[in-house]
Amino acid sequence: MRTDSLMIQGIFFYIFSLIAIISAIMVTVSRNTVHSVFFLILDFVSISCLFIMSGAEFLGMIMLIVYVGAVAVLFLFVVMMLNVAQQENEWFQSKKSKEQNSSHIPIGFLISIIIFFELIIVIGGWKLKPEIFNNLDFKPIVGATNTHSIGSVLYTDYIHLFQISGMILLVSMIGAIVLTYKKRVGLKRQSYIKQISREKLSGVEIVEVEKNKGVKIDV
Amino acid sequence: MSFYYLETLFTEVYKIIFLVLPVLTAVALVVWLDRRVWAFVQKRRGPNVVGPFGLFQSLADALKYIFKEIIIPATSNKIIFILAPIVTMTLALIAWAVIPFDENLVLADINVGILYIFAISSLGVYGIIMGGWASNSKYPFFGSIRSAAQMVSYEVSIGVIIINVLLCVGSLNLTDIVLAQENMWFILPLFPMFVIFFISALAETNRPPFDLPEAEAELVAGYQTEYSGMMYAMFWLGEYANILLMCALGSILFLGGWLSPVDLYPLNIIPPVLWFVLKMLFLFILFALVKAIVPRYRYDQLMKLGWKIFLPFSLIYVVLTSSFLIYFDLLPRI
Repeated sequence: MRTDSLMIQGIFFYIFSLIAIISAIMVTVSRNTVHSVFFLILDFVSISCLFIMSGAEFLGMIMLIVYVGAVAVLFLFVVMMLNVAQQENEWFQSKKSKEQNSSHIPIGFLISIIIFFELIIVIGGWKLKPEIFNNLDFKPIVGATNTHSIGSVLYTDYIHLFQISGMILLVSMIGAIVLTYKKRVGLKRQSYIKQISREKLSGVEIVEVEKNKGVKIDV
Repeated sequence: MSFYYLETLFTEVYKIIFLVLPVLTAVALVVWLDRRVWAFVQKRRGPNVVGPFGLFQSLADALKYIFKEIIIPATSNKIIFILAPIVTMTLALIAWAVIPFDENLVLADINVGILYIFAISSLGVYGIIMGGWASNSKYPFFGSIRSAAQMVSYEVSIGVIIINVLLCVGSLNLTDIVLAQENMWFILPLFPMFVIFFISALAETNRPPFDLPEAEAELVAGYQTEYSGMMYAMFWLGEYANILLMCALGSILFLGGWLSPVDLYPLNIIPPVLWFVLKMLFLFILFALVKAIVPRYRYDQLMKLGWKIFLPFSLIYVVLTSSFLIYFDLLPRI
């Protein structure tokens, strides 16, 4: 029984991780930018499935809500609005058509090498000297659900980090709004209070019209 | 390997079929009810020819859709175009897995049930964006962009409303949420939240008066313009399954799920499942009445309502609820 359930778990683990890896490769490989965003979404979904399989159901659900439900929608919006559906990637800027081609590949290559070395350092350190990474005195509550144990740590031991990250998010949100906000002139905005508080006396005016003269309407 | 897993697999499949079939039947009936209520408000008769009281109208419609040709536009992105209605329909159905119909009558009794429903309903926007973009035509694209912005904005206020309920329960499990309402339904202490939840649910499911994504006067039929035959029917089924899901969620969060109002003789012999269905029907009839009565909103008013009125109000209510619970020491113990 025990080996059977382990085997079935293994099969599902490999299915999800295979989908995750293949879709991560397809994000970079696919020619159509919208397709690569959809592969990114597939990647997020399969990673959240992996989270749920390893017992971190809260993290998996939050991953779905935040990344798939909000962040990827934003990506999709930007890609669709900018109309960059077809983009040829070249190693360096080609001479023929400067607008069509992008030369992001050298920079991307550099960044991916840096990330690769960071991963090697972290995983190697974790493998060779695990005591460096286990210096947090975190004792999980026995019998509590995922959500309860995360909440009990997040709002007590790590409250300052949590608040600081919240403040950074708030500041960046306000900053983005301030940077893109333009006060447009010549717009006729409606004001509910003005509309509702109009009185009959000020709204209607009775004028004696002189013969052959008329009235000026637009004052 | 033993046959134990095959057996569990078969029982699970059997359970899933017994969940999906009633949901689809209910969707067909609810479409009929929606059209009937709408007609009665406008002093018409509505569909009354096929079957008794026109009950089989939806079946006849479904049959018609099946035999119609599926037209795929030549310039569309074919894979995504076909995928979009499938995504909508699947997401609308899989969310039902965690809805408890009775104390033990639930397919998957998971610890993060409410988060699961929230996640699935936030994924629902993809079916619409995919359909609108893949059609490669301007009206579907406008419709899908409107719809995506609308759904993302109203999800925020629904999330804050759910936080209000969770503060009173202390668990993310839907069965626990219902059981916490044994003494008092949450509609009494959280009545303003119930009203906001109802309006946000209307916006979340693209129902009138917030049906701007498919506003026929401006956008033909919004993201569904290029769809025909069975693919259109799948969009339509998914939409109504989502509406029913929102009714179920409303009755679980605020109306006490399967619980009877008071534990007295004539009321407590009615089976709990029937109570749940009755509460869902009540909410659905409200949805249908709103569709018939209220005129369509303008888009900027819709956004203003979501971000400038509902969000601050529900945030203030979170502060009020939590301070009330702390002051009177009513916070649920874990």
